[in-house]
Amino acid sequence: MALARRSSNLLKPLSTASSSSSFLNRRPFSTDDSTTITIETSVPFTGHNCEPPSRSVDTTPKELMNFFTDMALMRRMEIAADSLYKSKLIRGFCHLYDGQEAVSIGMEAAITKKDCIITAYRDHCIFLGRGGTLLESFSELMGRQAGCSRGKGGSMHFYKKDACFFGGHGIVGAQVPLGCGLAFAQKYRKEDHVTFAMYGDGAANQGQLFEALNMAALWDLPAILVCENNHYGMGTAEWRAAKSPSYYKRGDYVPGLKVDGMDAFAVKQACKFAKEHALKNGPIILEMDTYRYHGHSMSDPGSTYRTRDEISGVRQERDPIERIRKLILAHDLATEKELKDIEKLARKEVDEAIAKAKESPMPDDPELFTNVYRKGFGVESFGTDRKEVRATLP
Amino acid sequence: MATNLKRFKEFGSIFINHTNLLRRFSSSSAVLSSVDAQLQPPTTGTGKSINLYTAINQALQIALDSDPRSYIFGEDVGFGGVFRCTTGLAEQFGKHRVFNTPLCEQGIVGFGIGLAAMGNRAIAEIQFADYIFPAFDQIVNEAAKFRYRSGNEFNCGGLTIRAPYGAVGHGGHYHSQSPEAFFCHVPGIKVVIPRSPKQAKGLLLSSIREPNPVVFFEPKWLYRLAVEEVPEGDYTLPLSEAEVIREGSDITLVGWGAQLSIMEQACIDAEKDGISCELIDLKTLIPWDKETVEASVRKTGRLLISHEAPVTGGFGAEISASIVERCFLRLEAPVARVCGLDTPFPLVFEPFYMPTKNKILDAIKDTVNY
Repeated sequence: MALARRSSNLLKPLSTASSSSSFLNRRPFSTDDSTTITIETSVPFTGHNCEPPSRSVDTTPKELMNFFTDMALMRRMEIAADSLYKSKLIRGFCHLYDGQEAVSIGMEAAITKKDCIITAYRDHCIFLGRGGTLLESFSELMGRQAGCSRGKGGSMHFYKKDACFFGGHGIVGAQVPLGCGLAFAQKYRKEDHVTFAMYGDGAANQGQLFEALNMAALWDLPAILVCENNHYGMGTAEWRAAKSPSYYKRGDYVPGLKVDGMDAFAVKQACKFAKEHALKNGPIILEMDTYRYHGHSMSDPGSTYRTRDEISGVRQERDPIERIRKLILAHDLATEKELKDIEKLARKEVDEAIAKAKESPMPDDPELFTNVYRKGFGVESFGTDRKEVRATLP
Repeated sequence: MATNLKRFKEFGSIFINHTNLLRRFSSSSAVLSSVDAQLQPPTTGTGKSINLYTAINQALQIALDSDPRSYIFGEDVGFGGVFRCTTGLAEQFGKHRVFNTPLCEQGIVGFGIGLAAMGNRAIAEIQFADYIFPAFDQIVNEAAKFRYRSGNEFNCGGLTIRAPYGAVGHGGHYHSQSPEAFFCHVPGIKVVIPRSPKQAKGLLLSSIREPNPVVFFEPKWLYRLAVEEVPEGDYTLPLSEAEVIREGSDITLVGWGAQLSIMEQACIDAEKDGISCELIDLKTLIPWDKETVEASVRKTGRLLISHEAPVTGGFGAEISASIVERCFLRLEAPVARVCGLDTPFPLVFEPFYMPTKNKILDAIKDTVNY
């Protein structure tokens, strides 16, 4: 079957990585050491209309340990969100990020908090990567006041203005043209910052994506379009929905780079390269080859349109956290037990944040009417009928 | 302000009981359907008790079976769709007639217009009514005006756009909206919303066979919740014909879709207070059946309209204006509208936002005692 043949490709990248020379390079480091370690990315980058960057990425023991810690926390957060949803403490629509953590982690390692990020509705971990807290995340997920959108957004609408995170957007593909607007503002102000506009392989087929690409290229905007290709747009495999699933080439005149999105260092290298490129030459597409372990949303078991073998295969062969774990062990930066302890600590932090979030109250009733318009510029809102409830929107 | 909010609180707590009521009420095969059964005996076959999504599924199956030039397409419909409405159809009719599209609503509708213009029945699914807006241009500027601007040389009458609309209890901003009023401002298309499984099957078949493009909104809250006897065979229900589903003499209530079951409960409660309510299901929003509503208001002298969409600019405003024009001297109270509030559809505040039974009951009493 075509499906079986195609999905086996998902397992490819790490098989090259396991033979990577960096694993042989055992040297004892202390974790706060700033010694440079050079790591080879799992697979080479593939470029479209551009010369791809080198496979060798410099890192430090500290960064390696941070990658592991942060990704373990993200993974734990998403698993906890899954059970909170099942116990009906999270309502509405909820899309989990587990499996794709390396994209957020790698991207953050290459850029600053003055670079903008805008993404779709799979936004929990992007928020965390931008410096958001677990308490804000869980509070928002459960619709509490302590949430990052004060409980009014929910799972799909996380924002963090002080870290230039322009948030989670609910409509497939709609955030990408917005990203171009952000990039234009950055260019106009002559800032040396760029915008990462993230979307999925499903959204790559939306018409507005091509409108955004044209504008970005026409005006040389410092916009980096990050296609998180997790290979399924909801329940439809990429090759069933796209004539060309080579999303990095879909910009035609816009250069692109295909990246192993399960390898945080490949993502880091690509984002560093893309930022330099975008500031000099305008937009570029980064296609992150990644994978989501959960279904599209909580109502999708995630196993009807792909095999369980495929999921467990990716977990075994390409898992982004396992990859970092192997690197840490190979460089003797920590013992297996120490890494297990880090994961235990992540679990504890998550549990504490959930307990605290549960204590946060729901938003006050008048909040229903706030933020519809700017305060003081509002209009009257009417209730049951025009006589019954009447409030001037605060 | 303070008292108003207190009021909201009461509604909020009532809403919870009220959901249970709805559940009980719908699964015991609905008061709505009992009146309905008397008025419209099943046309063919014996009826089985089925829910709304199964009724939609049956209608689609019949549409594909009875016309070889009919096609179903949309996001994930090949696997049955997120609400299971297209389950089994791809297996039965083949992947050339029931197929998945990429995630591109504007493209889906544009494609459907072209398919329909070649004389086919194009049945497009937009996964949620909230996602229909990228296709708004295609519907408003292409589909609705095709016949007019070509001097009747071309049309896309075979196009039917299905989309689940409305609240579902916890859908939040982008899975709960009721955008029907936007489309009611567009001459050239028809907008149809069914209230129950039997209505859904008959109205959907009518919409598919209708020689004009139709936007067909399905109440997603009722997909599993509403169960009633539905004739197994092929039958259609007329468009642009409203139906009096409960007769009364003191006030006329007009609504559509999922809101009718809420209104029905308000009617039952009002009856306990000696108020006799007449309830009308509009079914087709444009072109709508003014005569049935007018006749009813002439009888009762009072009108209440209820919908989930925000009150300002909602279709209730159009009904209100038309009836005031026609029945000004007969009206004994201002027309009441019990609708969603003028805010975005909220997440945690859904119970406050919704036009619940008690809000309707209050408005019935206020109007009758005006």
